[in-house]
Amino acid sequence: MKTENQKAWFFVLPVLLLVAFNAIIPMMTVVNYSVQETFGDNLFFWEGLTWFEQILRSERFHNALGRQFLFTFLILIIEVPLGIAIALAMPRKGFWVPVCLVLMSLPMLIPWNVVGAMWNIFALPDIGLLGYTLNHVLGINYDMTQDPVAAWVTIITMDVWHWTSLVVLLSYAGLVSIPEAYYQAAKIDGASNWSVFRFIQLPKMKNVLTIAILLRFMDSFNIYTEPFVLTGGGPGNSTTLLSIDLVKIALGQFDLGPAAAMSLIYFAITLLVSWLFYTLMNREDLNTEGER
Amino acid sequence: MSWMAWTWPTALVFIGIFSAIILLTIIEIKRPGGDERMGVLRIVTTRGDRLFLSILGTVYIFLAWLGFIGMPLWIPLFLGICWFVFCFLKV
Repeated sequence: MKTENQKAWFFVLPVLLLVAFNAIIPMMTVVNYSVQETFGDNLFFWEGLTWFEQILRSERFHNALGRQFLFTFLILIIEVPLGIAIALAMPRKGFWVPVCLVLMSLPMLIPWNVVGAMWNIFALPDIGLLGYTLNHVLGINYDMTQDPVAAWVTIITMDVWHWTSLVVLLSYAGLVSIPEAYYQAAKIDGASNWSVFRFIQLPKMKNVLTIAILLRFMDSFNIYTEPFVLTGGGPGNSTTLLSIDLVKIALGQFDLGPAAAMSLIYFAITLLVSWLFYTLMNREDLNTEGER
Repeated sequence: MSWMAWTWPTALVFIGIFSAIILLTIIEIKRPGGDERMGVLRIVTTRGDRLFLSILGTVYIFLAWLGFIGMPLWIPLFLGICWFVFCFLKV
């Protein structure tokens, strides 16, 4: 006997159609392109897995992938602890709460290309406020257009400025959801600030931190616009991250086959690392559920 | 559809994936609950998780073979099938 109303599935249909059009169909097209050589006038020639073999053995791909992992690693080890620290320092009640929240949200409201353009002008060695101050006031030799280290410092700082707020807001949401009774119990037990953080705040923030780390991983691993506008991948290839290299191959050289193969490898890496992060961070919960 | 540049091998791959998803949906309707269990990886997995892991693992087996050894791909195909069976039996 049918006891449940299944009509709710119809409400999911628009989402399914949307996902089909903006994700599944383009993804299938990329898979098709990755095994063929493309010429103008919609001419395609079967190549098999040649492009995959070529990309996987290319030094250019290895270098871009290395830079991408380094970028994401630096972003995560800076933004996550910094975001937690800022969230801990923010007031929990009173007049300053909305002020802090609005200030924290502001960088995220700025479009990515605008952030890149802003930081480009800000960091220019002769006319930018940051570049001019470092070079002519503090006497530090800084030129992100010539020096790879300066370019890296600039793109990392830009991303930290733009996206630490996300970690802050998510951590803050986790912190304010902790009932006051936990803090009172800790106070009675004479727990230190570190113990309160380690045994109360951190475990209670675990779920939101998982989301924050996953979002920051995926965003930083797929980042394109900001570094492209800021450094254009230079000087040389020093800030050419995977997505910038991919666009160069796809749109600069119009090598759609190798670009499609590279996108699929890129996608497989993002998928695996995201799955690993998610599974490892939830392992304890899953195990507990499994033993029930 | 010509802009999607379909080929028979890629079409078969997608037919395989979608058929597997449909099959899992039918099994889920008949036996709800996802057949959750703790496998050798010490994580709780459902049928869907096992399908995801087996496809992702197979992709990596092929990519690793292509990157380190190259054509032909009979051995990674065999390894992929073994990984598939392993995932559904033990993971």
